[in-house]
Amino acid sequence: MSEIFVVIEHRLGEIRDITYEMLWKAGELAEKLSYTVTAVLLGHEVDSIAENINDRADKIIIYDDERLKNFNADIAKEILSGLIEDSKPEIILIGNTSWGAELAPSLAVKTGFPLATDCIDITSENGKIIAQRQMYSGKIFSNVSFAPSDGYIFTIRSGVFPKDKISERQAEKIQKDFPVPDRELKKSFVEFAETAAGDVDISQAELLVSVGRGVGEEENISIVKELSEALNGVLSCSRPIVDKNWLPKYLQVGTSGKSVSPKVYVAVGISGAFQHMAGITGADTIIAINKDPKAPIFRTAHYGIVDDLFKIVPALKEKVLETKKG
Amino acid sequence: MDIVVCVKRVPLTEEVDIIIDDKKKEIKKEQLAFVLNDWDNYAIEEAILLKEKHGGTVTAITVGNEDDEEVLRRSLAMGADKAIRIDAGDLSRFDSLSISRILSAALKDLPYDLVFTGVLADDDSSGAVGIMMAELLDLNHSAMVTAIDIKDEKAGTTSELEGGLGEVSLIDMPALLTIQTGINEPRYVSILGIRKAAKKELKVIGLDELGLSEEELTPKTIIEEVYLPPETEGAQILSGDPGKIASDFVEILTRKGVME
Repeated sequence: MSEIFVVIEHRLGEIRDITYEMLWKAGELAEKLSYTVTAVLLGHEVDSIAENINDRADKIIIYDDERLKNFNADIAKEILSGLIEDSKPEIILIGNTSWGAELAPSLAVKTGFPLATDCIDITSENGKIIAQRQMYSGKIFSNVSFAPSDGYIFTIRSGVFPKDKISERQAEKIQKDFPVPDRELKKSFVEFAETAAGDVDISQAELLVSVGRGVGEEENISIVKELSEALNGVLSCSRPIVDKNWLPKYLQVGTSGKSVSPKVYVAVGISGAFQHMAGITGADTIIAINKDPKAPIFRTAHYGIVDDLFKIVPALKEKVLETKKG
Repeated sequence: MDIVVCVKRVPLTEEVDIIIDDKKKEIKKEQLAFVLNDWDNYAIEEAILLKEKHGGTVTAITVGNEDDEEVLRRSLAMGADKAIRIDAGDLSRFDSLSISRILSAALKDLPYDLVFTGVLADDDSSGAVGIMMAELLDLNHSAMVTAIDIKDEKAGTTSELEGGLGEVSLIDMPALLTIQTGINEPRYVSILGIRKAAKKELKVIGLDELGLSEEELTPKTIIEEVYLPPETEGAQILSGDPGKIASDFVEILTRKGVME
């Protein structure tokens, strides 16, 4: 009976959601394939984290050491590759997060295992493992198979699997000693840097009007801003707008910005990259305005307007002002 | 300081009707425009900014055919000193690991303090090549880098974490960094600038010169099929003239209780 490894991601004493999502997927695969689920937990003073996943894995392998207080991809790779050599798990799940994206490719080279990144599903049919991924900013899906190997590494996209418990398990906890010979670290953690707070907190807004790449030029942002003002809403934006320095980072919606949960989210000229969509799963109603009818955002939005934003947004603003005047 | 930047030419697929190739392994690219991968554009700019501050050289490198030289010329026009293309024929037979091996083999003869890649390439969206190269070349690394501060022999890097948090690290050079968008504001490149840069060195290396075995180049990750996203219920599209759309829009907002 083979094992499924789940590399537990946690930060500042808190389990990251991706951990629960991976444990859900691991549980599903384990039931189907009659495998077991092993959570691998690296950190320092991680008892409460182990406690929180106790009923979602058959085994928790814990490396609790002061030297693991801060995540270091290189050390994680050394520990995991040694453990993989001993335990021979067939499937290894790692979050497609900043940390996971730095760990998984080096672990794949070190172990010689095939790697599929940013997977949105993993299935196994007649012994053949297939990973489902996206390409071209989500406009294309692909099914990926692998050269025969003792093990396979997958990084899992955040937010695609449920955070719930899929089945009741009872974990045996196994404490391991820090196995990497002590050496001078070539990379050292300095600090966490927070995004500077602004005058509004978009995560608290009831109505957000959000602007994306489709706006084209910096001066055009005013068109969208006027709509948000007419609605007494809050202006927010997608990543490209912050990358270009057109709006401050604290207005950014998405995985690297903020998660929001307004009653209504109006997305203007936002194509709907998954990093953005992951930030608006808490929105009650999403209205998307985009001239590209194939834009991925229309797949999840509740309402869509397929039109040139420069024509339609001013018309929406006028109608809102007119309605408010009564 | 010598910096090598790995770049890739990718098709633009925004606002385009994508057509799947008959073999269902790729999309049809004949009608598409190609550009320098967005992340790589930031990586080149960052290398040039560091060169302007600390001196040294910037070398842009790509694996591809003659058409792919377009992104090297663009990199040269932005301020890179040299460019290298590894002529490797049909790229669809490679996976991220094969490409990492090719680039790593080419880097063995180059001097460098830093190696940059973009966080990912928009076409295959794998985001694995940079860190695989770091492992193959035994380089220290930081991923999703949004700020770099060189101090003595070390690089201070800020990596973007989820939820708006940055992770500041100090790493020994030589190091490989995967560069995130937004780290700088890439400079504008004119047609004239690209023409002027034609005088700069662009070296072509044959794949066979790198001494890689067939086994090292054989992919472990294989695309079985590409397809258009499965149909979802999708958004209810508001249609009609702008006046009708605007009325419907206001009606929805009123119903949701956000029109006060």
